[in-house]
Amino acid sequence: LLNERGTYLDDLLVYRLGAEDFLLVVNASNSERDAEWVLRHAPADVEVADVSERWALIALQGPRAVGILSPLTDVDLGAIRYYGFAHGRVDGHRALVSRTGYTGEDGFELYLDPDAAAPVWRGLLAAGAASGLVPAGLGARDTLRLEAGMALYGHELDETTTPWEAGLDRVVKLDKGDFLGREALVRQREAGVPRRLVGFDVTGRGIARQGHPVLVDGRTVGVVTSGTWSPTFERALGMAYVESALAEPGRDVEIAVRERPVAARLAAIPFYRRPR
Amino acid sequence: MYPSEYLYSRDHEWVKVEGDVAVVGITAFAQEELGEVVFVELPEVGQVFDAGDEIGTIESVKAVAEVFTPVAGEVIEVNHGVVEDPALLNEDPHSEGWLAKIRYSSAGDLESLMNAEDYERFTQSGETG
Repeated sequence: LLNERGTYLDDLLVYRLGAEDFLLVVNASNSERDAEWVLRHAPADVEVADVSERWALIALQGPRAVGILSPLTDVDLGAIRYYGFAHGRVDGHRALVSRTGYTGEDGFELYLDPDAAAPVWRGLLAAGAASGLVPAGLGARDTLRLEAGMALYGHELDETTTPWEAGLDRVVKLDKGDFLGREALVRQREAGVPRRLVGFDVTGRGIARQGHPVLVDGRTVGVVTSGTWSPTFERALGMAYVESALAEPGRDVEIAVRERPVAARLAAIPFYRRPR
Repeated sequence: MYPSEYLYSRDHEWVKVEGDVAVVGITAFAQEELGEVVFVELPEVGQVFDAGDEIGTIESVKAVAEVFTPVAGEVIEVNHGVVEDPALLNEDPHSEGWLAKIRYSSAGDLESLMNAEDYERFTQSGETG
């Protein structure tokens, strides 16, 4: 969801429920602003309603997700492609079952009536216990999406960043008609993209985190958008915006971790790609 | 859980007094809150601090925390073992995970610290932020 400047108001999913019926799944922290924006720009013959209170969402993520969910649902999970969805029942409750998630792993997101969320949660945990299913919070989710190189609103995406800068060219279709922000994006593509999102590995001691400056020869050339300790790779890594001319994987840089320069090397994202 | 011969600060450091030397570390409560520790930075031997000064940082997977010295004085030894193996802080915070030994300059600094019983109550009070 872009503004006229071609920068991000939000990063969201659109489900086409019917020929003219769409469900937008937005970041919860942006839902009011998004609703207001869409309402303001919707033509008179488009009906817009904020239905946030009518939906609950549970994400079931990981390579064993199909095995855990299959016995609980009448939905043919194998028939749902990545980013596809189907309607059905989960543990007896009506659900929209979507093959999505923000972990970089296979998995599903279950859209439910709020009243069904708690029983479905308990039903899943019970059914999946033997397969190692455990509850995971936002911290775990954030580590996984970072290892998978997935941009997150408030980190890699905000009202200062464009899809070109974020490396999200694949989701922008300049040939499918006009949209808010299109003109700005065309202009930036012609003028050149000033900075690009790139991964990094910390080779020195420390963990680079959001806001830490990226330095080349002592000069600030970028800024960290996300950084953490990766349990998968057992090293500190992250993503940063770096001046386009310098944003090449393999380049040695420094990151000022609380003012102290720490060695790092730019890296290609994603860090982790699941086996398919 | 908290050794009764130690003293404790509201910032979750412990102090073990050995003559004119204070051994400083962080409490089991602090390491539990931080989670898996991955880096530890400690002061240099010979550095002199006031009570309440930052003497190091502890970085966990989730967060970074400063370590403050509860006593003023000169650092006479630091625990290189915990720098090499930060997991010691999680496994044995009250002993093997000690951070620094400080020759304290004022016994008065010790008087504002809590005993084990008071500290344990403090950790349960919900005012520990």
